[in-house]
Amino acid sequence: MTSLALIPALPLLGFLVNGLLGRRLPHAVVSLIACALPAAAFLLTLGALSTLNATGVPLAETLFTWAATGTFEIEAALYFDQVTAVMCLVVTGIGTLIHVYSIGYMHGDPGYARYFAYLNLFLFFMLVLVLGKNLPMMFIGWEGVGLASYLLIGFWFQDPAKTAAGLKAFVVNRVGDTGFLLAMFLIWYYAGTLDFQAVNAYFGATPPTNGVMTAIGVLLLVGACGKSAQIPLHVWLPDAMAGPTPVSALIHAATMVTAGVYLLSRLSGLYLAAPDAMTVVAWVGAVTALVGATMGVTQYNLKKVLAYSTMSQIGLMVMACGVGAFQAGMFHLYTHAFFKACLFLGAGAVLHALAGEEDMRRMGGLAGRLPFTFGVFLLATLALCGLPPFAGFFSKDAILWSAYASTHGSPALWLVGTAASFLTAFYMFRAVFLTFFGASRVEPKVAGHIHEPPLSMSAVLALLALGAVVAGWIGLPPPLRELLGVGAPFFDFLAPVLAAEQLRAGVAHSAEGLLMVVAVLVALAGIVLAWLRYGRGTSPAASAKATHPLHQLVSEGYYFDAFYDRFVVRFMGWLSATFLARGVETPLSRTSLQQTAAAGARATRLFARLQTGELQVYVIYALIGLALVLGLGAVS
Amino acid sequence: MIDRYELLLALAVALFAMGLLGVMVRRNLLVVIMSLELMLNAVVLSFVAAAAHTQTLHGVAMTFFIYVAATCEIALAMALLVLLVRRRGTLDLAAGQELRG
Repeated sequence: MTSLALIPALPLLGFLVNGLLGRRLPHAVVSLIACALPAAAFLLTLGALSTLNATGVPLAETLFTWAATGTFEIEAALYFDQVTAVMCLVVTGIGTLIHVYSIGYMHGDPGYARYFAYLNLFLFFMLVLVLGKNLPMMFIGWEGVGLASYLLIGFWFQDPAKTAAGLKAFVVNRVGDTGFLLAMFLIWYYAGTLDFQAVNAYFGATPPTNGVMTAIGVLLLVGACGKSAQIPLHVWLPDAMAGPTPVSALIHAATMVTAGVYLLSRLSGLYLAAPDAMTVVAWVGAVTALVGATMGVTQYNLKKVLAYSTMSQIGLMVMACGVGAFQAGMFHLYTHAFFKACLFLGAGAVLHALAGEEDMRRMGGLAGRLPFTFGVFLLATLALCGLPPFAGFFSKDAILWSAYASTHGSPALWLVGTAASFLTAFYMFRAVFLTFFGASRVEPKVAGHIHEPPLSMSAVLALLALGAVVAGWIGLPPPLRELLGVGAPFFDFLAPVLAAEQLRAGVAHSAEGLLMVVAVLVALAGIVLAWLRYGRGTSPAASAKATHPLHQLVSEGYYFDAFYDRFVVRFMGWLSATFLARGVETPLSRTSLQQTAAAGARATRLFARLQTGELQVYVIYALIGLALVLGLGAVS
Repeated sequence: MIDRYELLLALAVALFAMGLLGVMVRRNLLVVIMSLELMLNAVVLSFVAAAAHTQTLHGVAMTFFIYVAATCEIALAMALLVLLVRRRGTLDLAAGQELRG
C-alpha cells in the first residue's frame, strides 16, 4: 500500500517541476501542473478514506527508518485515521479549490510559476504534518509549512514591509516551536516513544506526576499558540495578510493555522490525563476568541478584519479542545475552512475589482456593482456569525454547548465564547455594510474598472459558498437530531479516535436547545447593532471615535506589538550591540584570535631564520639529517 | 700488517671527508664542484675495493653506472655554472642569497 506516500508526494512533484522549470513553461502548463496534482492527491485521499471506512482500521505505512541510535528510533511513517482523514480532505480539497482560484487571481504576475511552486510546497509540508505518524514527522511538516508561509507572505519581496511581515511570522513561530521541541523532549523522557498512538496510550494509562503532565501540556500549547496565532503569540497573523489573498485563505485561514488544533486533538489522550493543562488550553482559547473579536471591531483593513476573525475562531477551536470536546473542535475546524476560505477569496475578489484596495473606508456600495461577490460573501458571513442553517451555526453551537456542559467547562467559558460570537456578528456585518452598502467611497480612478471575477475565481467562490451553507449538516446537535430523526455522521466518524466529552453531573440535555436560541439571538443582536451603527449610510470616518482611549487600545492591538518591540526586540538589540558586541566579541577576538595569530607569526619567523639562502648551510643540514638517520639505524 | 682492504676503505673515507669539507667551506663554485667529484670518487673507490675484496663484479658494475651519472651531472653543472656566472659576474657562492628566508 503505497498510496499514502503518494498523497504528499504529488504536490512535492508539482513544486519541483514548477520550481525548477516553471519559468520556461507557458502559464497554462504551470497552472495545469499546479492544480492537477493537488486534485489527484484529493482523489487519493478519497481512496484512502474508502479503505478506512471499509476496514475500520487506520492505515499505516512505514517508509524507512529515519534514525536509530540505541533505544531511540524514529520511523519515517505515515498514519491515516479518522482525524487525519478530516484534515487531509480539508487540506487537499480546499487547497485544490484555492489553487484554481489563484489562476485567475495571480494572472499576469511576474512570479506566476514561483507562486504555484510555493503553494504546492506548502501542500506537501501540510500533508506531511497531518499524515505523520509520530511527533518528529509532524515537526518536519510543522517547520515546512512555516517556511512556505514565510515564502508566501513575503512573496512580493520587492516591498520591504512584506518581507518584514514574513520574517516576523517566522521569528514568532520559532518561539512556539521551542515549546513544541521541549514538550517532545519531555514526552520522550517519560514515555520513551514519540509515536502518537503510543504516547496517548502511555500517558492515558500511567501518567507521571500532575506537574509533569501540566508542563508537557502547556509546552505543547505554546507550540500550538505559535502556529495557530493564539495569545500571546498571535502578533504575526495580522501582518501575514501582506501575502497574496489566496495565500491568506489557504494558509492563514483554512489549513496551516489550524495545525495547533490538530496537534491538540492528535494528543487528546495525553491532554485528558492533564486536567490542569486542559484548563490553561481552554482559557487561552477563550481569551483569544474574545480579544481577537474585539480587535476585529476597530480594523478598517478588510483582510485584517478577517485575520482577527480567524484568530478568534481558532480560539474557539482551542477552547473546545481545552474542555475535552475534541470532536467539536475538529468540526469547527472543518466548517471554518469552508466559510473562512470563502470570505478571504471573496475579499480577494473585491481587492481584484478595486485594483488592490484593502481599506474599507475607500469601498462602499459595492453590492450593486459586484452582486455575485456580495452574495457569496454574505453567505459565508452568515455562516461565520453562526446563524442557522449555515455551517458555522452547528459547529459553534457544539463548542459553546461543550464549553458550558463538559466536565472541564464552566458557564464562564460559555459566556466568553458567546461574547466572542456577539462581537463576531457585529464586526463581520460592520465589514459587510462598510464594503457593500452605503454610498460608494471608491476612488474615481478605479471606480470605472470594477468587474466581477473571472470564471476560475467565481466557480471556486460558488463551491465554497455552497460548503459554507451545507457543510454543517453532517454534525447536527442532539436536540435537532431527535427532532429531525437523523444522525450526525461527522461525530460518528470521529468517535473511534476522539472520545466524546463527558458532561457535568446535573446538566440537563434540554439546556442545549435554550443555549442554541440564546446564541442565535446574540448573533442577531450583533447584526442589528452593526446595522444601526454602520448600515444606514453614515460615513465611517464620522462614526469612529478614534480619540477614545479604549478605541485606541483596541485598534493598536492591545499594544502587543509595542510591548514586544520595547521589551523583546529592543532588549535583544541592546544586548547584542552593547554587551555581546563590545563586551564579549571584542575581548574574545583580541585574546583568542589575534594573540594566537601573533604567536603563530612569531614561531614562523623563528623557523624562517633557518633558511639562510646559503648553499653550504643547507649542505650542513643535509649532513645532520644523514647523521641522524644513520645514527638511528645504528641504535635500532 | 694492515689489511689492504681496510686501508683502501680508510682512504675512501678520508677522500669523502675532504670532499665534504670542501663543499661545506669553500666559496669558489668551481672548487665546490671539484670537491663534489672528489666525494663521488671516494664512493667509487669503496665500491672497487669491495669488489676486489669479495672477488665479485657487482662493485665494478656499479662504477660504470656512477661514471655515467657523474658525466651527465658535470655536463649539466657546467652549463648551469656558466649561466650563473653570466648572471652574477662572479664565482663566489656568498654573492647570492636569494633564497634567504
